[in-house]
Amino acid sequence: MVLKVFFPSCCSSADSGILIGRWIAEQNSAVILAVVHFPFIPVQVKQYLGEVQRVTKVSVSVLGSWSNSKQEKEESLSEFLEDLGTIFCHEPWIQISKEGDSKFWSCSTLQKHSKNPQEEEIILVYYDQRKVMLSHLHPPLDTAGQRTGDASKLSAIFDTVARSQVLFMTDRYDEGPVKLTHWQSDGVEASIIVELLKQASVPACMLLTLLLSLVSGICRSRVLKFWPLSFLWSKLSTCEQLGHRLQHLQVISSNKKAQNQNQLMRKANIFVSLLIDVALGMLLMSWLYRKNRIGHLADTLIPAADHVAEELQDLLQWLMGAPAGLKMNRALDQVLGRFFLYHIHLWISYIHLLSPFIEMILWYVGLSACLGLTVALCILSDIIALLTFHIYCFYVYGARLYCLKIYGLSSLWRLFRGKKWNVLRQRVDSCSYDLDQLFIGTLLFTILLFLLPTTALYYLVFTLLRLLVVIVQGLIHLLVDLIDSLPLYSLILRLCRSYRLAAGVKFRVLEQQDGKPLRLLMQINPLSYGGVVQTYRLPTYSCYPRDSWASLCKKLFLGELIYPWKHKGDKQN
Amino acid sequence: MAEERRFRSASGVPITLRRRQHSASCRELAVRGPRLQLRSLSAATSAVWLAAYGLFALSENSMVLSAAIFITLIGLMIYLHFVKIDQESLLVIGSLGIQVTSSYASGKESTVFIEMGQVKDVVINEAIHMQKVIYYLCILLQDPEDPQGISEVVPLFQSSKPRLDCLIEVYKSCQEILEQRKTAPQSNEIK
Repeated sequence: MVLKVFFPSCCSSADSGILIGRWIAEQNSAVILAVVHFPFIPVQVKQYLGEVQRVTKVSVSVLGSWSNSKQEKEESLSEFLEDLGTIFCHEPWIQISKEGDSKFWSCSTLQKHSKNPQEEEIILVYYDQRKVMLSHLHPPLDTAGQRTGDASKLSAIFDTVARSQVLFMTDRYDEGPVKLTHWQSDGVEASIIVELLKQASVPACMLLTLLLSLVSGICRSRVLKFWPLSFLWSKLSTCEQLGHRLQHLQVISSNKKAQNQNQLMRKANIFVSLLIDVALGMLLMSWLYRKNRIGHLADTLIPAADHVAEELQDLLQWLMGAPAGLKMNRALDQVLGRFFLYHIHLWISYIHLLSPFIEMILWYVGLSACLGLTVALCILSDIIALLTFHIYCFYVYGARLYCLKIYGLSSLWRLFRGKKWNVLRQRVDSCSYDLDQLFIGTLLFTILLFLLPTTALYYLVFTLLRLLVVIVQGLIHLLVDLIDSLPLYSLILRLCRSYRLAAGVKFRVLEQQDGKPLRLLMQINPLSYGGVVQTYRLPTYSCYPRDSWASLCKKLFLGELIYPWKHKGDKQN
Repeated sequence: MAEERRFRSASGVPITLRRRQHSASCRELAVRGPRLQLRSLSAATSAVWLAAYGLFALSENSMVLSAAIFITLIGLMIYLHFVKIDQESLLVIGSLGIQVTSSYASGKESTVFIEMGQVKDVVINEAIHMQKVIYYLCILLQDPEDPQGISEVVPLFQSSKPRLDCLIEVYKSCQEILEQRKTAPQSNEIK
């Protein structure tokens, strides 16, 4: 069978010595981690390897010999290296030798107890040790739960290199019994800034945890749980967003270290998302408070509300006349029209009452944009909801009236045909009615039927207006969710250090020479941007759409109230 | 050792198949389609710019011209980077796996490596594509739970769509290497 040797490219110019690494028998492959140089004492090498094995739980052993001779091949050295095979007894004993500056190395194996005497083919695969150590292999998403040991051989190699980090901590300048060459043998690299940040993060986390416990204590206090206030908090999307961000802060400031890659990425993503959010919020705030823009906004708000109210009044006058050439029932038309007109009049009076305070309210509310752009957008959505409250009221009135009419009509239609709805059995049964019941029923049926177009028209107009407002609010919430759930840290990592997020590997065939083993270069194949977003998306608190298109149309037809956006905390009805 | 042969694709366009044998268990097969022609590029650009000039003559708005230039440049970059595939290659390394690479006209390469443990077989299948029935080569992936089942079918050479004669050559080369792994595992099991 073919023997695969994974050789780190950093050891290509190392001096002669012996190879240490892991032998994976099921795949007939050897993963070489480092080269131990002469002089060494075999007992000390075995001791050192035993210690490494105990700490990393990776079965590291001596795999073979490596000879890098600047001149012609020396016979005595090769015999010495073969003798080493008897001291360290590994099956098979791999011998790699490089002559001068030649690219083509000769690689052979020594098998004492070989059953098949023929030469097995050897494949030499070069890999970048640092990148493989830092990289995280992502399994393909559809087979996420079914990884047997056989299915992903590459993950064994990545795992071996990643877990042997303690082996790479000794560099060539250390005074130890063994002298190793690996990717860090020229000196362990570290960064002062990173160390300082690590030291500073512990007290910062503790302070943040204290503050957060205070804030959540206040939020959970009984004062805020009284009925009108709790209803208000549940309806305002700003409070949901603030609660969501509070949860995020709690995740970041927890003292427990992240257990695995996913948790680490999650924490980092939340941190970067919060940072960008607050930065954008500050930018928005600085733009708003310059040149008295808040004043301008407040000045245009009241005329805008007036304008909307005037448009609504014109619309109602149009409906009270002969809208689109349809002939309405005069009396009902006048009643409904006057009812809604009076509502608009009330609404405008309230708005005018508030008008002196608008600028101050806006000024203080605008300050909350420093908590983040998402909070500012949620406040905008809530302001829109408050300003169009009368449209919502009209929609509810129109829908209830229409719904009542439809149910009345269907029930009287059944009476018309001599049937009845059996509530116990939940089905339609035949029923014999008295004459006066039939008479009244038919009369009511005709009345309701002829009044249907008027009610239906009012219902249609107000439903369309309501849907318009819902669409605008929905777009704002979509933007908020996008900012909430986008994994920015993972995307920046994919852009700058793409080897950290690996979807797989790719092989490149290097120059070949007859008689020498096959040379391949193993490189990391990074995850696609779509894959990064899908794997590391942060969960949000809302999920939509609540209804499918078919059920939405059914609800609209029957006049049931629609609430298109559902929140995860809501109970299902 | 490398050899090149000319074939035709399913739509009649000339393509070339290049075979290289790197070692006894490693083979590379590359199918190269026709390159982007200068005349089709100039034809498309002139058509867009004539249309833009016509609109400019009608509307007297110079934004139309700048928009046309913008659209041409962006469209060309998107076409070269995401749509036009120059070469599709298959690298079969016995005992490691099969690597499928597509190289785009802008130089971008997208690679997928499938480990040998997941590969059940490489076969030629028939498919109905628009109004034709074409042959295509595909890799069958093993289902980890069911040894007889197939979990996925990975089609190869989708943009160049070679005809049956080319596919048979590729199929024979792949099968020679895949057969080696059937004889090899017995020696592993004895140990």
